[in-house]
Amino acid sequence: MEIRVNPTRMELNRLKRRLKMAERGHKLLKDKRDELIRQFIILVRKNKDLREHMEEELTGAFSKFLLARAVMPEENLEEALMYPTKKLSLDISKENIMSVYAPKFHWAEEESGGDGESSIYPYGFADTSAELDTSIETLSEILPKLMELAEVEKSVQLLAEEIEKTRRRVNALEHVLIPKLEDTIKYITMKLEENERGALTRLMKIKDVVRAKM
Amino acid sequence: MSTYKIAVIGDKDSILGFKTIGVDTFSVTSSEAALKALKQLVSDNYGVIFITEELARELEDIIADLQKRYLPAVVLIPNSKGTLGIGIEQIKKNVEKAIGADILFRKEG
Repeated sequence: MEIRVNPTRMELNRLKRRLKMAERGHKLLKDKRDELIRQFIILVRKNKDLREHMEEELTGAFSKFLLARAVMPEENLEEALMYPTKKLSLDISKENIMSVYAPKFHWAEEESGGDGESSIYPYGFADTSAELDTSIETLSEILPKLMELAEVEKSVQLLAEEIEKTRRRVNALEHVLIPKLEDTIKYITMKLEENERGALTRLMKIKDVVRAKM
Repeated sequence: MSTYKIAVIGDKDSILGFKTIGVDTFSVTSSEAALKALKQLVSDNYGVIFITEELARELEDIIADLQKRYLPAVVLIPNSKGTLGIGIEQIKKNVEKAIGADILFRKEG
């Protein structure tokens, strides 16, 4: 398969330049892909570990919470949890991984309770059960991990997307554009050579004719 | 750098505890309500949205769409009945998408 062009010397030079450019781009993209995959594998391993831990711990916290729910009247429970002591604020900055921009989360807890005492429990201990205490304690311990997981998982998703895109480009260059250019260059050189030979035989023939007349 | 918020969507049993640690909670029971909540949150400057796997299962398309975006980060969490394995499944899919073969889980599976 070749591109339909006029078989001229100018076109040939142009195509040769394009081929060189395509090859350079191909090499660069291939390097980019390899580095992306390297980063991806590191991150995805981390992602897997984090997720497995998180799921385990969160399930534990939930089951404790269910227990708490079972031993406490529902109104009490809801009342106890109505006013959170903390407010989470989240700042996001961009992190550049091989020109893929991934969000980086910086989160901070703001105390909203007035007494300045940093208790994680928003309630008094009178009407609540111990199960609720432990479940909330585990939850607040898990939060940093959850945020980390959010960050890593997002990076992994964005990287996967970018790797797929880059791989497609590499393949398109390698299997479509570069062979096409090479074929066209070959076609033009052959055509030019053919023309040259044609011109040569014509000259020889004319020479013969002219000689015969003399 | 502006400030973002964190939210969790899920059934009441699973997410009530999150309120105490300062995460905005949205308790929903149906996937339609979850979809509505999710759309609302996306346009509402939320940076991280946790959603239970049970609800996420019904909203696969929109979540997949959101995950291609820079923000928000949608993170699946198990609910009080335990994990459904969708979160892990997604990691696996990402690996397959990026590398073409599953190299992380092959040994166990």
